[in-house]
Amino acid sequence: MSENMARPTKTQVRQEMPTQDPQVRNTNYNEVALGYTDELALAEASRCIQCKKPRCVTGCPVEVRIPEFIKALREGDMWGAVDALKDKNNLPAVCGRVCPQETQCEELCVLARKGAPVAIGRLERYVADWERQQGIKIPERAISCGRSIAIIGAGPAGLTCAGDLAKMGYQVTILEALHSPGGVLIYGIPEFRLPKDVVRAEVEYVKSLGVEIKLNSVVGKLYTIEELLAEGYDGIFLGTGAGLPMFMDIPGENCNGVYSANEFLTRVNLMKAYRFPEFDTPVKVGKVVAVVGAGNVAMDASRCAKRLGAEEVHIIYRRSREEVPARAEEVHHAEEEGIIFDFLTNPVEIHGGEGNWVTGIRCMRMALGEPDASGRRRPVAIEGSEFDMDCQTVIMALGTRPNPLVFSDAPRLERTRYGTVVANEQTGRTKMECVWAGGDIVTGAATVISAMGAGKRAAADMHAYLCSDRSEPWWQEPAA
Amino acid sequence: MYEILSKQDVAPVSKLFVVSAPEIARKAKPGQFLIVRTDAEGERIPLTIADFDREAGTVTMVFQEVGKTTKQMGKMEAGDVLSDVVGPLGLPSEIEYYGTVLCVGGGVGIAPVYPIARALKAAGNYVISIIGARNVNLLFWEDKMRSVSDELIVCTDDGSYARKALVTEPMKELLGSVRRIDRIWAIGPAIMMKFCTLTSKPFNVPTIVSLNSVMVDGTGMCGACRVEVGGQTRFVCVHGPEFDGHQVNWDLLLSRQRMYLTEEKRATEEYDHECTCGTRAV
Repeated sequence: MSENMARPTKTQVRQEMPTQDPQVRNTNYNEVALGYTDELALAEASRCIQCKKPRCVTGCPVEVRIPEFIKALREGDMWGAVDALKDKNNLPAVCGRVCPQETQCEELCVLARKGAPVAIGRLERYVADWERQQGIKIPERAISCGRSIAIIGAGPAGLTCAGDLAKMGYQVTILEALHSPGGVLIYGIPEFRLPKDVVRAEVEYVKSLGVEIKLNSVVGKLYTIEELLAEGYDGIFLGTGAGLPMFMDIPGENCNGVYSANEFLTRVNLMKAYRFPEFDTPVKVGKVVAVVGAGNVAMDASRCAKRLGAEEVHIIYRRSREEVPARAEEVHHAEEEGIIFDFLTNPVEIHGGEGNWVTGIRCMRMALGEPDASGRRRPVAIEGSEFDMDCQTVIMALGTRPNPLVFSDAPRLERTRYGTVVANEQTGRTKMECVWAGGDIVTGAATVISAMGAGKRAAADMHAYLCSDRSEPWWQEPAA
Repeated sequence: MYEILSKQDVAPVSKLFVVSAPEIARKAKPGQFLIVRTDAEGERIPLTIADFDREAGTVTMVFQEVGKTTKQMGKMEAGDVLSDVVGPLGLPSEIEYYGTVLCVGGGVGIAPVYPIARALKAAGNYVISIIGARNVNLLFWEDKMRSVSDELIVCTDDGSYARKALVTEPMKELLGSVRRIDRIWAIGPAIMMKFCTLTSKPFNVPTIVSLNSVMVDGTGMCGACRVEVGGQTRFVCVHGPEFDGHQVNWDLLLSRQRMYLTEEKRATEEYDHECTCGTRAV
């Protein structure tokens, strides 16, 4: 090992991360990916060639100082690695687990062109997990700048924005609608992919920076945005995500046993329905479960359904394997665990029986036609191809839109026809002065890390604006 | 944490909590609801606001002990704390001057009807109220309802108190009389509300109901509470809880309310067992 460390070779292979056996893990909620051992982490870290102009950093929405943390790691300076990592990223243990590194930092790694990129995400997780095991270092509180900020939503965007502002000396209050902070990290992503202890530890870190989190606080109901500004907050950041579930509007969708993925995952993850009756919230899973959609949420829902005892879980997707929006790794994990993929298939009706319970789903076979606005080939129904499939549970994982609740009594916030808020994606500024927004509420459903990037950019712009003489116009059309 | 400031047994199985929640009290309006969670393992249950006091910073909730969570709540006392109270959720009742209004409260539904009747009265309406329950043990707030009504009719299904009748009977008599009723609020169990709307339908009097569907978050993110109103899917938590009762698909609501019957029964049985055996501190 030490030889390798001294002289990294180009041929050295990317270290795989150990995982639980698929046939064991699909019956438990323990984490699937087990993390690097010290040896594996050192071996992987030694592959980094420490580019002078690191391209990986430019691929990271929060610009983590990647070569520096890897360098510290392989020199055995673990606290140095932690500092380099957390300088830019308030939630590294989360990012190391759920970021799509293959299309971000790792895609741009120079070693990617020669075979396999450095496994940056796995190393990030290793460093963050190491710190958590030591006991997270409580940072020194910044000197107060005398300004206060309200952040709506304790998800990835809000937590990141809050952490950065607190580090700059702002008094930050996060208003969270649910009884537990974390947003999608806590209600959406399952325990086996992102343990809730990890989320709690990262939230504790943000709180240790001086951020106050008020739970059960539904903005739009308990307070309006106008009221928060009138109360004296200098600025507001909206990071309420995209929490409104979509349905297909097909017959039978209101049968018992039809869930939105949001409801299904909220019951399982936030409310711990997998531990019913120890926890009070139940969830129903039949022998055969049909999950409609093929994004990351669909993968999470199908893998939860399997763990809850479903014998057969189908992913029903109207396009083909090439168009699947979920991360390749998630699809791979789902397939390993026995999830069945029905491509080029689209539901047209849900059948209900006794007690209005789901008995099956009618689907059509699809073919791919000309590319549509998204650039993907448009799925076209094949006439006469209808077929019925028996199932007792249907989970609609069709995507989500921003929840309009936060916009109650906020007419000055302009919205798009998709329900997202109009904001400059570089600065986060909305059309309403002193109100910034970022994450899924602006982009529609996207990734944890892109929301974190937006939270970070907004924090920087909030600081710049609030410290300025405010002579420049608040709203500038974003450059095309 | 939300402290229970006082507890009352309004009826043998119906309890009332006055809970400290100043921020919610500041914003609460008749017709809105709360989501309550007792403890870290608890479920989130919706309870319609029975009263609020902005100055004292309190909200009042009334619940009937029917399942595990409500039984567990029934054992809590003043000084205990509820882990979570969220609200005020849903849209408030549309309170304005209509003329003569009829407020019908059945069973535990008497509680949410009270602040609505009070507000309607304050808006200048002539308020006729009907309150009823299966039997006298489930009846409460006769005095409170009388204080906000110009006329009050009390009935029980079994005749154990006051008039022996279902609430729909005096309702039908009023609607069939020469008196003009401009609007009706009917709140109670789904089956009662269904029959109230069937009663008022031939008379074409707008009838507002407050739907009590299964919920998780109560803020529009899960869709557990979806119902069909006028042929369209609506979320009770954000589009309601009040709807035009003549447009509601009652059979769908009734079937969806039964979705977790088996699990509710199991949780309640295990809870009752634990309470009797004392294996779990309450």
